[in-house]
Amino acid sequence: MTYKNLFKSKAETWSAAALALLVLVVLPLLLPIFRLNLFGKYLTFGFVGVGLVLLWGRCGILSLGQGVFFGLGGYCMAMFLKLEASDPISTKIQSTPGIPDFMDWNQLTSLPWFWVPFKSLPFTMIAVLTIPALVAFIIGWAMFRRRVGGVYFAIITQAIALIISLGIDGNQGLTGGRNGITDLRTLLGWDIRSTSAQYVLYYVSALLLFACILFGRYVVNTRMGRVLMAIRDREDRVRFSGYDVALYRSFIFALAALFAGLGGAMFVLQVGFMSPSLIGIVPSIEMVIFAAVGGRLSVIGAVYGTLIVNLGKTTFSEAFPEMWLFLMGGTFIAVVMFFPNGLAGLTEPGGFLSRQWQRWAPKSLLSVFRSEVEPPSEAASEESLLKGATEGVK
Amino acid sequence: MSEEKDFLLYIEGLGVSFDGFKAVDGFNFYMDRNQVHVIIGPNGAGKTTVLDLICGKTKATSGSIKFKNKEMRGLKEHEIVRAGVGRKFQNPSIYENLTVFENLEISHPRGRGVWGCLVFQRTEDVSLKIRSVAADIGLLDRLETEAGVLSHGQKQWLEIGMLLMQEPELLMLDEPVAGMSVREREATAQLIRKISAQRSVIVIEHDMEFVKEIADRVTVMHLGKILAEGSMEHVQHDPAVIEVYIGH
Ligand SMILES: Nc1ncnc2c1ncn2[C@@H]1O[C@H](COP(=O)(O)OP(=O)(O)OP(=O)(O)O)[C@@H](O)[C@H]1O
Ligand SMILES: [Mg+2]
Repeated sequence: MTYKNLFKSKAETWSAAALALLVLVVLPLLLPIFRLNLFGKYLTFGFVGVGLVLLWGRCGILSLGQGVFFGLGGYCMAMFLKLEASDPISTKIQSTPGIPDFMDWNQLTSLPWFWVPFKSLPFTMIAVLTIPALVAFIIGWAMFRRRVGGVYFAIITQAIALIISLGIDGNQGLTGGRNGITDLRTLLGWDIRSTSAQYVLYYVSALLLFACILFGRYVVNTRMGRVLMAIRDREDRVRFSGYDVALYRSFIFALAALFAGLGGAMFVLQVGFMSPSLIGIVPSIEMVIFAAVGGRLSVIGAVYGTLIVNLGKTTFSEAFPEMWLFLMGGTFIAVVMFFPNGLAGLTEPGGFLSRQWQRWAPKSLLSVFRSEVEPPSEAASEESLLKGATEGVK
Repeated sequence: MSEEKDFLLYIEGLGVSFDGFKAVDGFNFYMDRNQVHVIIGPNGAGKTTVLDLICGKTKATSGSIKFKNKEMRGLKEHEIVRAGVGRKFQNPSIYENLTVFENLEISHPRGRGVWGCLVFQRTEDVSLKIRSVAADIGLLDRLETEAGVLSHGQKQWLEIGMLLMQEPELLMLDEPVAGMSVREREATAQLIRKISAQRSVIVIEHDMEFVKEIADRVTVMHLGKILAEGSMEHVQHDPAVIEVYIGH
């Protein structure tokens, strides 16, 4: 009976396999590169979703500022690519050649100090992996140590998202401002806009995303996963079992930020720009909606949710742009009210789909599948609840 | 009393006030090893608050708490736990969604750090420890049961078992037999006597029969202060105590 949780959810294992098939084989075969690139972009939001499952679903910390970490990872990558695109020859018409064009427009005559290290790709890669996580850890530690949590934490992360997006917006000379960092072309001379590069980057994103999913499932299924849920449900007991709750919360916040930052960097490589519009309040909330729709307890579910909502967004906002926000808000409310565990909750044993299946499937068919269908866990626990209660009376 | 003696727990002048209201005031408390010390007193006397102060849940405004000659005031909750103090809450506080086994496992002291938690393996010694504790608390045949469906008494035992997993030198139990049947109370008294062979236990309790059965020493609290202290025999005949209990 060791690790009975590791593959507790057959549904989740199957959905992971289906997702791998879809993302790695079916989509690349079916879609023209333009559409595939769009899907690659959705995948990068999936990184944020996986982090949110650990942070929000498992540990009960709702962050409405994940866009910040997506953005930090993205800006690190964008700064490197921008510097490469701003070599003295291609920028020789500027008054100061060799610096990014928006700096030149803002009368800067030299590269600001914090841009300098981003000339190096190894530094940039380390920065992508550490800066978002470090920033999150510091914010988390400052707040969780003071027992700031729940709604207050959500509001503060929201405020941070607002401040950072406005800060970037208002400092065009240093950050590219509202337009963001654009015209990104090559990575060490490799043209990232070419078709072959887009295929490669799509696959790199997908594989990194699966690495995050696997690590996320590992975390959920170890003692760490149980401690996180324990913190969510009975914070005091965990503290008095000798755990440093603030440290765990900060850790999981940092891990979610690391995932988000990785997503941001892959976004920049595939889409070719980064701007404050991806960091602020609205995108941060959208990311929470992706996770909620997919299922905030399931790392796979969150990725499905991200893909589906984004597909909906692209389809609908092409047709009726002004309706989209209402539709997404409505979906969110409906999911929270009727399917609190999102799409993943529907496919769980005992979930909506398996109940409907048991109800509507012809009896003969059902008996064929009987051995496959796990007993609905809710009913089982109700039974033992009754048993426990009567024993208590005895 | 003098400091020369090597007390396990040595509390002097402990006090806390909530917005001017002194919930605990000038509290002195000395405890030897392997003792059961019961705190009794009417509702609102400040008993739970004393435990809160010892385990760091509430920050004291005055006084000193020395555990194994080390000052506990100012330490964080988890540091006090790691020093060897375990605390059971007045309402059973367990992880309802986890099984009995997992509840005990999560209380195992190994893998409390973030890294240790990620690489924690359910090794043989962990399983053995869990089974032995489960046997002590009478839940050996319920290891795979989800804790939420246990009876109230079993939940109380489970929480005591979770504390035993931590191998504390001092165990603090807040009303452990509240809501239990007579038979369950007896079993709990036996359990407490058994575990006090190797560690000290502070118990808060209202049930006098139960107190008589387990207590080596009794402290009576009233309005945040100590009213009387000594053997059960002694405090029962203390006029001030009789006054408080009968006068209500
Ligand atoms: N955090 C707090 N803020 C304000 N007042 C408090 C706080 N904690 C306890 N008190 C007050 O301190 C007093 C002592 O409470 P405490 O819970 O310690 O009593 P008790 O002896 O455990 O009572 P009971 O037998 O009912 O459990 C009560 O009047 C209570 O209202
Ligand atoms: Mg109390």
